[in-house]
Amino acid sequence: MKTKYMNPYLAGVLLGLVLLSAFYFSGRGLGASGAVKSIVVTAVETVASDHASNSEYYSKYTGEGKNPLNSWLVYEMLGVIVGGFLSGAFAGRLKLKVEHSPKITSNKRLMLAGIGGILFGFGSQLGRGCTSGSALTGMAVLSLAGFVTMMAIFGTAFALAFFFRKNWI
Amino acid sequence: MMGPLIPQEVIGEGWNFFIAFAVGIGFGFVLEQAGFSSSRKLAGVFYGYDAVVLKVFFTAAVTGMLGLLYFSLFGWIDLSMVWVNPTYLWSAIIGGIIMGAGFIIGGFCPGTSVCAAAIGKIDAMVFVVGIAVGIFGFGELYPMIKSLYLAEYLGQVKLSTIFGISQGVLAFFVIIAALLMFWIAEIAEKKFPREEY
Repeated sequence: MKTKYMNPYLAGVLLGLVLLSAFYFSGRGLGASGAVKSIVVTAVETVASDHASNSEYYSKYTGEGKNPLNSWLVYEMLGVIVGGFLSGAFAGRLKLKVEHSPKITSNKRLMLAGIGGILFGFGSQLGRGCTSGSALTGMAVLSLAGFVTMMAIFGTAFALAFFFRKNWI
Repeated sequence: MMGPLIPQEVIGEGWNFFIAFAVGIGFGFVLEQAGFSSSRKLAGVFYGYDAVVLKVFFTAAVTGMLGLLYFSLFGWIDLSMVWVNPTYLWSAIIGGIIMGAGFIIGGFCPGTSVCAAAIGKIDAMVFVVGIAVGIFGFGELYPMIKSLYLAEYLGQVKLSTIFGISQGVLAFFVIIAALLMFWIAEIAEKKFPREEY
């Protein structure tokens, strides 16, 4: 079937080369959830700085001379926004819309996206990284955690797919 | 020049974020080109109609893995300075399970949601806000979760060490596993009706 997207194996090799360049420069691979964490920590620190400095979790990233927004991952994710936008612009895919199966309404799709995001955000903190930072990067460095997290993510999604099929097919 | 460059302070601090931004542009561009800006395309792997996630993900992991091993062999990168994700077994498993549920319910993962939001997908923007809420929830509940978060620490251990084989031999088996999955994915895509999103 003719597709408007890049050949997936070619895209995989290119993504692997992006990952490799991240290793070559920074010694760490890619990441995504870490950038959102930086924003959350900054927001908490701005709104309730005492709460942030008293918290064992937030205080790891805040404190004297530390700015959580000045991180590799924040700049990397700014790049992702620009790169994704450029690709969408070249391919003629820039469009404000809610993408959903015809069997569900836009509102239901948005609600599910919100719930999914909350779960993913929470899980990424427990799992010390998301699909990019823990699974993809972890596997490339052969980390046990990378393989375990990858199998848990994809295994669970496959196991639950049947129950959520009406939202997709 | 032997990498990694930034930890060895080969390039100045000022370049750090510029490089991160450039790497991110490549990351976002490839994700969007591959179709990762569409949740229905991403979810396809779980129903067999579109295995783009599996193909791109495992090709990228194998490319990165082989690249690191060859770079190390050629003396282009010092593998001892490359960060190995530490293994806290329980949090890796349970965190992964929660993320897997988030994936099938929400249709994105963090990287893909940011990429999809960049081309105007409103569901992806909501997903990103959800991620922030989830992380905030973790931060607030941290004292309760801490013991689980730190349980069963095995160190910055590699799978090859666990199996007692060399990194190269493990890499070989990972490639065989990836090829097997690609073969299954191609069969599944022929079997299940596919739509283009």
